[in-house]
Amino acid sequence: MLCEHCGKRPATVHLTEIVQGQKSEYHLCETCAREKGEAAYQAIAGAFSVNQLLSGLMNFDPWVQERVETAAPPRCEHCGMTFNQFSQIGRFGCPHCYDAFSPGLDSLLRKIQSSDQHVGKVPKRRGGAIGMKRELQKLRLELQQRIAEERFEEAAHLRDRIRYLEQQTGT
Amino acid sequence: MSLGDFLSQSGSKWLRDEGPDSDIVISSRLRIARNLAGQSFPTIATEKDQRYVLEAVRQAASGSAVRRLGEFEMLVLKDISDLDKQVMVEKHVVSPALVDAPGGAVLLRKDEEMSVMVNEEDHLRMQCMLPGYQLDQALKMADELDDAFEETLDFAFDENKGYLTACPTNVGTGMRASIMLHLPVLVVTGNINRILSAVTQVGLTVRGIYGEGSDALGNLFQVSNQITLGQSEQEILSNLHGVANQIIEHERVARQHLLREARMRVEDRVCRSFGILAYSRQIDSKEAMQRLSDVRLGIDLDIIKGVSSSILKELMVATQPGFLQKYYGHEMSPGERDIKRAALIRERLRMDSQGLK
Repeated sequence: MLCEHCGKRPATVHLTEIVQGQKSEYHLCETCAREKGEAAYQAIAGAFSVNQLLSGLMNFDPWVQERVETAAPPRCEHCGMTFNQFSQIGRFGCPHCYDAFSPGLDSLLRKIQSSDQHVGKVPKRRGGAIGMKRELQKLRLELQQRIAEERFEEAAHLRDRIRYLEQQTGT
Repeated sequence: MSLGDFLSQSGSKWLRDEGPDSDIVISSRLRIARNLAGQSFPTIATEKDQRYVLEAVRQAASGSAVRRLGEFEMLVLKDISDLDKQVMVEKHVVSPALVDAPGGAVLLRKDEEMSVMVNEEDHLRMQCMLPGYQLDQALKMADELDDAFEETLDFAFDENKGYLTACPTNVGTGMRASIMLHLPVLVVTGNINRILSAVTQVGLTVRGIYGEGSDALGNLFQVSNQITLGQSEQEILSNLHGVANQIIEHERVARQHLLREARMRVEDRVCRSFGILAYSRQIDSKEAMQRLSDVRLGIDLDIIKGVSSSILKELMVATQPGFLQKYYGHEMSPGERDIKRAALIRERLRMDSQGLK
């Protein structure tokens, strides 16, 4: 089998990547594997950490490839970390990096997580407003359901609660 | 000091106590990662940043909200001997990464069921470790600890991305829940591989606790969630429960089947292993783990009586290099370690036969 990438040398690196149960296989020669990303190369070298796997994922990502090649890759103004550095080490420098690297990040998150949207716990003290917003979304959905099921009395209660919350959050 | 005193002083509570389903589930662990808003992650933090984080955590820990949850002690890792650090790693109280992290510290509750690693990969990693199958309880405890810290600390949180962590594999809930399973019969019958590959399809991972894949030492496996974003804490746990319950059920059925079909072979293997542990004069850690696994299975199947069932987890930790060195009081070559390991196991088994628990 020839290398998928250069089509010249024989493929000696066979990398199987399983993300969210989706299996992708890469058959590369050693030279292309090294160029394509540390992850593939590390697979033959033995050592293999989450961060290397991550940086492997990012280097296979066409969006990242594009970014790496353009002259001014994104940089976090707060801590100074560049996107290249992040894709090398697989870890952020500070909380602001999430904003700074946002466009490419969402596609990465969808690959390694189940979505790019948090639905879990919100901090109690700082997250009060977020909690109310979440509840509003939930109540609006329920309201639609009750109306569809013609359970108008319950719908009226929900509507009152929604109005109250809307006043609280100023929306 | 007697071995009994040593184990009760140096061991964590999860090592001694039993919990629900502890014939198969050795322990439940849950950790949540949190970071201080506006602070550089430990990835690039300077010494000054690390000191700032440590002080902030120390101050929050001295507040009434945290103190209500028990008596905690802050241990700065650079002030602790290498041996004591190693012992903490062997007990799973801190991660190996924390030991190497400059500026690392751990806030430890007396019973060691709750700990907070400071300046590891994230600023705070709160951990609850309980015996048996108690993930819901572990989440409840970790949640309370998180709320207590949040009363005075501002955590990095984003409405869409959730709790922000140094590594994107932890962002969202920042939660990693895991259970340690003892699956000797699924390993013997070869069914383990089928189960391991199925588990990875549903956003969970399995790995051997010591060793890799199906060659896991002592037939111990850790199942944990892979996904932290896009599912709530409760959803993650219920996924884990669904899978864990099936694995537990498979192992139980396989154990009964094995007893019916090959009782003499099982009894022979289990009792031989007991004999080796009770009389050997030198034993390496790989063999010790396998024999301990056999004996534990023998206890669960009522073949071996009068040996405490905590023996597997107690000795899998106490026969590690750090523990051995701590008990015998000097550094050892691997060869000597094998001799002392055998001696410690014999002594521990004698404690049970003399009724000295």
